[in-house]
Amino acid sequence: MDAAIVVNHLSAAYRKNEVLSEISFKVMPGTLTCIVGPNGAGKSTLIKTMLELHPRTTGEVSFLGQSYRRAKTKIGYVPQRGSVDWDFPTNALDVVLMGLYGRIGWLKRPRKSHRDQAMEALRVMGMEQYADRQISQLSGGQQQRVFLARALVQDAEIYFLDEPLAGVDAATERIIMDTLQQLKMKGRTVMVVHHDLQTVEDYFDHVLLLNRTVIAHGATADTFTDHQLHRTYGGALRWMREKV
Amino acid sequence: MSYTAWILLAASLVGVSCGLVGVLLILRRMAMMADAISHTVLLGIVVAYLVTLQLSGIHMFIGAVVAGLLTAVLVQWFHQLGVQQEASIGIVFTTLFAIGVILIATKAGNAHLDVQHSLMGEITFIPWNKVLLPLVGEVPKAVVSLVIVLIVILTVLLLFYKEWKLTSFDAVFAASIGIPVTLMHYVFMSLVSITSVAAFDAVGAILVIAMLITPASAAYLWTDKLSIMLVLSSIFGIISAFSGYYMAVLLDTSISGAMALATGIIFLISFIGAPRHGVIAKHRRGHAKSTATIN
Repeated sequence: MDAAIVVNHLSAAYRKNEVLSEISFKVMPGTLTCIVGPNGAGKSTLIKTMLELHPRTTGEVSFLGQSYRRAKTKIGYVPQRGSVDWDFPTNALDVVLMGLYGRIGWLKRPRKSHRDQAMEALRVMGMEQYADRQISQLSGGQQQRVFLARALVQDAEIYFLDEPLAGVDAATERIIMDTLQQLKMKGRTVMVVHHDLQTVEDYFDHVLLLNRTVIAHGATADTFTDHQLHRTYGGALRWMREKV
Repeated sequence: MSYTAWILLAASLVGVSCGLVGVLLILRRMAMMADAISHTVLLGIVVAYLVTLQLSGIHMFIGAVVAGLLTAVLVQWFHQLGVQQEASIGIVFTTLFAIGVILIATKAGNAHLDVQHSLMGEITFIPWNKVLLPLVGEVPKAVVSLVIVLIVILTVLLLFYKEWKLTSFDAVFAASIGIPVTLMHYVFMSLVSITSVAAFDAVGAILVIAMLITPASAAYLWTDKLSIMLVLSSIFGIISAFSGYYMAVLLDTSISGAMALATGIIFLISFIGAPRHGVIAKHRRGHAKSTATIN
């Protein structure tokens, strides 16, 4: 089987400081991978660089054997919840509809069929009764579910999610993880930036340990070991494990 | 049409154009860029005048758009080189504006351009400077350019309504689904530039900022829907134009000054009395909540 995502010698910098160096890995379709590493390890930057939202200095990325530009419509992206202004004058249904803008195309307005699709995605996320709610009136977990519903309507082959479980309630965490599991069952490829080491083994079948470069990558059982975690987190690990 | 009617029409057109553009400025958190561009278009107008020796519509607009885009590009460039965004705006616009002022004083002093006029506007002159249009008759030049600018704004806004909404709300996601976010940013900067030039004659560089920012900020407090915010902001612009004019007549004072003051009063009323986001409503909600907790 061909890999869904191939990254070769990818590097990226902020101004002149290199934040990612020589990143190489392959992700197979139908897998659920988490990207784990300490603060400042470049987790979000890795996703943004792969999606050409941040310039790379070297390297290549391909999705389903195609360049990003060609594969764009097959890729769904969920940015960090904190990256947008939730006081924006719009409601939950409208935000989900934004996931369809690419398919609706220029100079056209969303139709009823698009609205129905958006409503269905909200229903899957247990949010249909909040469709008309102004988005600042939603809790953090509900906002995250709206973001995930927006990604679902994109009906993508490959999904990237940046910290979807940060600061959400237990019910939201369960709904999001169920949804990601179902995407995986359908053969979709999912990569998630994740911060909670305690849940890695329960939630993800693959792990990519990152600290400016790939420390280890593979099936969770083989990769998520004390030895590799120590290499990723260094001295900070003891503190993190003690919390567990 | 009477003298007063032309002034009210011109001022209302300024109110609507600025009200529409202002909504996107507020939502994109770019109020400071409006401040910058409304000043630097002066440089564009002066240079256009020095090149063509004409002070007519189209040259002024081209000059203004170039100056506006130059401002946006320079601000972005300095920011990328490590200068703070706000500082970068301050440096770029004061410098470009200063060049404009110096050029007016030394090279273009006797034209219809003077610093006082460009800063404060002179709406009372608008009805005197007319052109003859087929079918319509004699119309003030400023009104013609204001109508054209409003049509351009409405067209660009409505044709790409959903793209404006998405790039303003979540630019990163917009880029990820292939919307040319940077191009739209510069198109928007061009809209701000032509709006500033068109409003220049009526209210001047300083007060156009009031028309751009204040009605939109007031509208933001009244609604949770983008389309309604656009309509409200335009209506607030028109109300400011009318009430400002009659306030100026009553007090025998500057018309543009009175109009800017009117936008401030509308904002204050909204800030206090708006149904959900106003101070009174917030206070009541806070009160209801604490009562509920006690019970």
